[in-house]
Amino acid sequence: MSSETVAETLPRHADLVEERLVRWYFLAAISYMLISMLGGILMALQLIHWNPLTSWEIFSAGRWRMVHTNAIAYGFLANAFLGTLHWVVPRLTLQKVASVKLSYFIFAAWQLIVLGTAAGIIIGPTLQDQEWIASLARNWHMEMSLGAQGLEWGETPFWVDPIALLGLALVAINFLTPIAKAKGPMYVTLWYYMAAFVWTFLTYAMGNFLPQYALTGTSAGAVGGLFIHDLVGLFVTPLGWGLMYYIVPIILQKPIWSHGLSLVGFWGLAFFYPLQGIHHFLYTPIPMFLQYGAIISTIAVEFVVATVVINFMGTLWGDGRKVVTNLPIRWFYTGMIFYFITCFQCALQVTLTFQKLIHFTDWVVGHAHLVMFGVFSMWIFGTMTFLFPRLLGREWYSRKLCEIHFWCSAVGVFIMFLDLGLAGVFQGFYWSSLQPWDVSVDGSQPFWITRLFAGLTMFVGFLCFLYNLHMTYRGEQRASSTAAVPATA
Amino acid sequence: MFESKAGILFIAGIGFFAFAFLSNAVVPMVMYKDLPEQTAEQVVNDKLMYQFDELSRRYPGAFREHIGEPTVENCADALRLGKQVYVGEGCWHCHSQFVRPVSNDSKRFGQVSETWEYQNELQRPVMFGTRRVGPDLSREGGRRGSDWHAVHFFKPKMVSPDSPMPEYPWLFDGAPDQPNGRGLALITYVQWLGSWLDTYPYYEELDAEKMEESF
Ligand code: HEC
Ligand code: HEM
Repeated sequence: MSSETVAETLPRHADLVEERLVRWYFLAAISYMLISMLGGILMALQLIHWNPLTSWEIFSAGRWRMVHTNAIAYGFLANAFLGTLHWVVPRLTLQKVASVKLSYFIFAAWQLIVLGTAAGIIIGPTLQDQEWIASLARNWHMEMSLGAQGLEWGETPFWVDPIALLGLALVAINFLTPIAKAKGPMYVTLWYYMAAFVWTFLTYAMGNFLPQYALTGTSAGAVGGLFIHDLVGLFVTPLGWGLMYYIVPIILQKPIWSHGLSLVGFWGLAFFYPLQGIHHFLYTPIPMFLQYGAIISTIAVEFVVATVVINFMGTLWGDGRKVVTNLPIRWFYTGMIFYFITCFQCALQVTLTFQKLIHFTDWVVGHAHLVMFGVFSMWIFGTMTFLFPRLLGREWYSRKLCEIHFWCSAVGVFIMFLDLGLAGVFQGFYWSSLQPWDVSVDGSQPFWITRLFAGLTMFVGFLCFLYNLHMTYRGEQRASSTAAVPATA
Repeated sequence: MFESKAGILFIAGIGFFAFAFLSNAVVPMVMYKDLPEQTAEQVVNDKLMYQFDELSRRYPGAFREHIGEPTVENCADALRLGKQVYVGEGCWHCHSQFVRPVSNDSKRFGQVSETWEYQNELQRPVMFGTRRVGPDLSREGGRRGSDWHAVHFFKPKMVSPDSPMPEYPWLFDGAPDQPNGRGLALITYVQWLGSWLDTYPYYEELDAEKMEESF
């Protein structure tokens, strides 16, 4: 068969991919990133006594700290990943999603879920002591906390949880259908995606219902640890790696270096990742043998991670200059280096020796920013840098602004990571040396001030991105678009 | 199997998840199934009632309006609301409730935390915490007077000049001596923390030790 006849029999890109939806998802994601960053800046200002909005209830720093993390998880990451799924899955399977109407419905529902969560966190506590809530609670024999739920990343108010779970089920159906219909062997990306749909649903159900309704005390702690860990490991990570396995070979125009290593990476992650939950609560009353189990599987997964990173480095081999010339590739590989650093850090900090010192300190916060921003957000920004010109049919308004976005993000987050890691070590020593608490707070100030400026650097980069996007959108439309091209091109 | 749809869906997706759930969650559940969960009413104790009573006399007007009489039932209701305020305001992102067996925690905060301390309705979800900007609060009850807490919540810098803790004026009707329903409930909740232990922790001892060292 000549390549022309292949092209004719293949479905066209425009018939498979609902580009408008991808655009909407990306725009939603970007808006939540803006909100989240503002929340982070507010909390950072609070810690260094510069918060200009004290005594204003709806700008309470404590509530906005929860908006900060939730806007990232459910607003930015979830929306951005859904956008990429709408691009990647139909193109890989050559099948449409189960229903485009359903896709739009999910989009709308998901925005309501995120906004509902934000509204609950921000105004829920204000309404908490109303009489009608107390009487509802009495009559229904259940706790009615309108605001956040007390589990990190699981703060989504209890009345949002069932809706969000339903949403996740619909997402799974919508994308598993084309995957099920697809013929032939499945590409690596689809392994990760398939598993992610199942895992995200199960994880969300476990974390948002069990500790709230069924469990107390230490066992709730174990489930809580499993939840915060699985949310990163079984929702964000597989969707992120799935995306990398798809997009890196396309841009480099060559296959992934080793199929065997891809297999090791996927199955290693699938097996070891969920086993680590308890490592968030070491030295708690959770039985020690379970803590050891979590520690060992954590260290094991770092080896798995190393194989994945090696696989991608092998893929890059020979094309090293692309890291300089090709912006998306630079975002991706910088993110992978950061990924390797966080995972290496993880293997150290999970040991009981490190835990003594750094648990409860800013070390962990530094770690969280490097993973969430330095890795996954960078991958998403790289993907957006790659896809927006196609989605808008226009070249980027300014390559320079793209460069600034990259450098501000990468440098900002890395400074934040180093700064908070160091802060954590100091805090750990202040505490264990039994100095008065204030000493540790005062001693943290220089680090917290540095963190603010690192955060502002990231923020400036992001603003450049927004401006660039705006100008690109206003610019001239390109003559040729991808719409008519076969989906594999 | 490793690349088939069924293998990925059922072995990796459901199987491995279930295995992890079994070992990481079901095992502790089974281990602690004999520790019954106490209700808020059951965890109200004499020390807490003493504080609750004191609260009713210190802020009689506000207490009568928002809580009523200082009874055990009202105290339990206040604990429930107080916990909701604690969660809703994000106190738990800056304060842990979990004294670790390491890092001299027990010297600073008192007895290391044990499982039974968490087997009650108010630890749903459990408030171990993940970050300490401020000190651990699991032995905070009785450590300070309720008036101290009131002023501190109203504007932490009034009693702790360098404090980065946020202000919570919305837990008051305009002044630190007029806590509203949420304010009273939060104070009750904080006074409850650790009140189940026989002895208060050894801050005083620690301070004395420090004093000696510095002379
Ligand atoms: C930004 C982080 C932060 C938040 C949010 C926060 N605190 Fe604090 N808290 C601190 C710091 C730091 C201290 C130590 C300095 C001081 O005494 O104010 C402290 C001290 C305290 C103390 C006094 C401990 C002692 O005996 O020395 C109590 C009680 C307390 N906080 C309760 C709360 C409650 C209740 C909330 C939620 C309404 C809350 N905190 C929210 C940071 C925070
Ligand atoms: C604009 C820049 C940012 C600033 C100034 C900032 C600041 C902060 C602050 C002050 C906290 C609370 C830390 C504490 O409790 O001590 C925090 C927590 C957190 N932030 Fe950010 N942040 C920023 C951007 C981001 C971004 C873009 C992400 C994710 C992509 C992110 C992810 C997180 C996470 C996951 C936590 C929770 C950490 C934990 O509890 O261990 N932040 N951030």
